[in-house]
Amino acid sequence: MKAKKSVGFIILDVFYIVMAILPLAFGLVLDILTTPKSGGGVTIAGARIYYELELFEGTRFFNIIISEAQVNSVLVILTILFACLFLTHGLKEKIELKRQHLAEIIVEKVDALVSENMGRDFSGFPPFIIAIMALSGLSSLLALLGLYPPTSDISIVGGWAILVFALITYYKLKCGPIYYAKGFLQPVFILAPINIIGEFATPVSMAFRHYGNIMSGSVISVLISAFLAWASNLVFGAITSLPILQVGLPAIFSLYFDIFSGCLQAFIFAMLTMLNISTAFDADEYYRRKKKKLEKKLKK
Amino acid sequence: MELAIGIILGCCALGAGIAMIAGIGPGIGEGNAVASACEAIGRQPESKGAVTTTMIMGCAIAETTGLYALVIAILLIFVAPNTFVNVLQKAKELGLF
Repeated sequence: MKAKKSVGFIILDVFYIVMAILPLAFGLVLDILTTPKSGGGVTIAGARIYYELELFEGTRFFNIIISEAQVNSVLVILTILFACLFLTHGLKEKIELKRQHLAEIIVEKVDALVSENMGRDFSGFPPFIIAIMALSGLSSLLALLGLYPPTSDISIVGGWAILVFALITYYKLKCGPIYYAKGFLQPVFILAPINIIGEFATPVSMAFRHYGNIMSGSVISVLISAFLAWASNLVFGAITSLPILQVGLPAIFSLYFDIFSGCLQAFIFAMLTMLNISTAFDADEYYRRKKKKLEKKLKK
Repeated sequence: MELAIGIILGCCALGAGIAMIAGIGPGIGEGNAVASACEAIGRQPESKGAVTTTMIMGCAIAETTGLYALVIAILLIFVAPNTFVNVLQKAKELGLF
């Protein structure tokens, strides 16, 4: 049985779809307008800077920079937002629309993943995990459109890693600051400096793993296409100046470096987020302290 | 001045090459991990899903050291030469040598 959609419903649907596609189109237009004309060859550079606000003279360290990576990441956020609005539009208890199946599958899978990896203490985490996963995955897949993937900029991935680090510290502090400080003196007090370095190594390694994977993929893609241009010039140079060998072959490598690597890194980033946060929380100690507090209250 | 710039460029390239020796470690480590995972799946085919997920996680973590080396090598090739040459030129302008 298929329910009939009202006109307003369809208009809202179309609005959501258009709004989900519009940011990507805007990114493409911006990319085309701002790309400087290059004479070919190998160019490997970071994200282009659209706007720079100088705060202190003489040093660039404190400047507020709006770069391509930041703009693209905001565009990805907008796309995800409207895609989610589209998927959840017209949710009913009795399923009427096909998209509700998709939405339910996603939610159920993420719920199962989080409860399997984090346990029942973290039942509020699935939205955060799927948000990180979708943001990271779609950001990496942006390379398929020819846009600069935000995940190959360390400042974007570093921001996510700092967010995860804040969450880790929050869950470590749940058992009180004294217990948290004591954790650094384990197993012997001499190891405290190493423990502190290890604490900061977590976000650094998370950021570098994601950024290194995506960036190395794009560097290798550029090198491969440059090599193919050189090779086709060598082979077909007498006939035509078109780089014939560049057709098709880079797409096969892109299959691995852009699609597989991008999705895998999104999964791994989300997985490590879950594992780090759930191991940071000492559930036994937390419930012991809670029980103690309750007993004290009851005695009064 | 030209000699100094030449030494900087050459040493940056050499450093990048030496840094990538670290690629051996993750190679061996990931090979071991995948070999063990294959054995485990061969012994218990029904646990394929769990083993694969764990193996991919382990591989990603083993890869980290290799990626550190890669990031350092890329910095040495694309970023460091410019920075060092700029520093050198500034030092010469100031009359340090």
